[in-house]
Amino acid sequence: MQVDIRTTSVTQLRNTFSHVARRLGSDKAASRYQEATFDLQSTVNFHYRPLWQPELALYDVLRTQIEMKDWYAFRDPRQYYYGSYTIARARQQDVMEKNIGFVEKRGLLRDLAQVERAALIFALVPLRHVEWGANLNNSYITAYGYGTAITQATMFHAMDRLGLAQYLSRIGLQLDGNSGDSLAQGKTLWLEHAAWQNLRRLVERLMVTKDWFELFVAQNLVLDGLLHPLIFQHYERRASAEHGPALSLLTQFMTDWFNESARWVDATIKTAALQSPANETLLRDWIANYGTVCNDALASYASAVFGQDADIALAQIDAAFETRVAKLGLKGAEKAA
Amino acid sequence: MNNATQNSVFIAFQTNDDTRPIIEAIGNDNPNAQINRYPAMVKVDAPGRLVVRRASIEALIGRAYDLRELHINLISLSGNIDESDDEFVLHWNKN
Repeated sequence: MQVDIRTTSVTQLRNTFSHVARRLGSDKAASRYQEATFDLQSTVNFHYRPLWQPELALYDVLRTQIEMKDWYAFRDPRQYYYGSYTIARARQQDVMEKNIGFVEKRGLLRDLAQVERAALIFALVPLRHVEWGANLNNSYITAYGYGTAITQATMFHAMDRLGLAQYLSRIGLQLDGNSGDSLAQGKTLWLEHAAWQNLRRLVERLMVTKDWFELFVAQNLVLDGLLHPLIFQHYERRASAEHGPALSLLTQFMTDWFNESARWVDATIKTAALQSPANETLLRDWIANYGTVCNDALASYASAVFGQDADIALAQIDAAFETRVAKLGLKGAEKAA
Repeated sequence: MNNATQNSVFIAFQTNDDTRPIIEAIGNDNPNAQINRYPAMVKVDAPGRLVVRRASIEALIGRAYDLRELHINLISLSGNIDESDDEFVLHWNKN
């Protein structure tokens, strides 16, 4: 019997979905990110208005003062959709688990002197409440924001913040020998210690900020842009100099994550500013306003942690933040920050 | 064999989601390259020289890229290889 092997090729009729093709300009192969992002949020056929806010539709562009012609202009430069996001984070989680195991096995934090452990607990553990606030705020943006392009990224960001809070808790558990005492102590510090109260007031104020884009600027650009470098660059460097790099192993994710997500935050702000001068003015005012507010909130915390070096540390993070804001192309915003 | 065939280099990849941005980057960086699509394979032919740039791929995929990742989906190639962190170049040594 004769067997002929032939290649048969089937040419597909269409390369992507019509709604994606319309955005790309022609029917060409689209990336997974594009297919998992463009026009996913429903825009029509809502029969009822929400009972809790009947003046607006379920998804409504009027929930922020920012105006966009196209809400899908907010592309994530990291191109995170569910698949790529979870794969990237799973890899980072593997590294972190190894680092935590390393520190745990050798008791690198557990065996520090009581004073040093108390100092680390004071500086880091209450921060899990800040991260939880950031989780809540990004969930709010996801719930009330408009368009999958930004809301899927803010949802990922919200989950990241929960992860950060958990890593901070695990630093606490390293310090108290897995008893959980440090977490209770951290909560008491957060609720009662004078150095944390301004920051707590700010976090709680952000939780009741109505305009979701304002909240995005306040939380993800300004507060994070000042607080994260203060702790995960300045404080971490100081702690390493004092008692070795054990802490740096446990904050590796925070540092990488900050640099990575800053790219997305900056791109989002830039996109909104490019849309119109009105947006630019709003953004500039928000950045200036929250820049002052955040600096005030950080002052007492910084002086408790850095002592007499607090002013230098704050001046350095301010300068770095000004440089970052200057790159966003919003003239004048960097002045007040 | 005529001169054009003698001088031409090629690189062939599997057709999938990972290689699509690579091929797009190669197409942008090598205006003379011809991209031939076959079932499950994309073969890029270029006269004389073909360059794969890390920066171009990174711009399309939005993350850091190591040019050695090319090999995961690489089917075949021809030419002498000149490889650095930033560029992967195929060409024929003249001497």
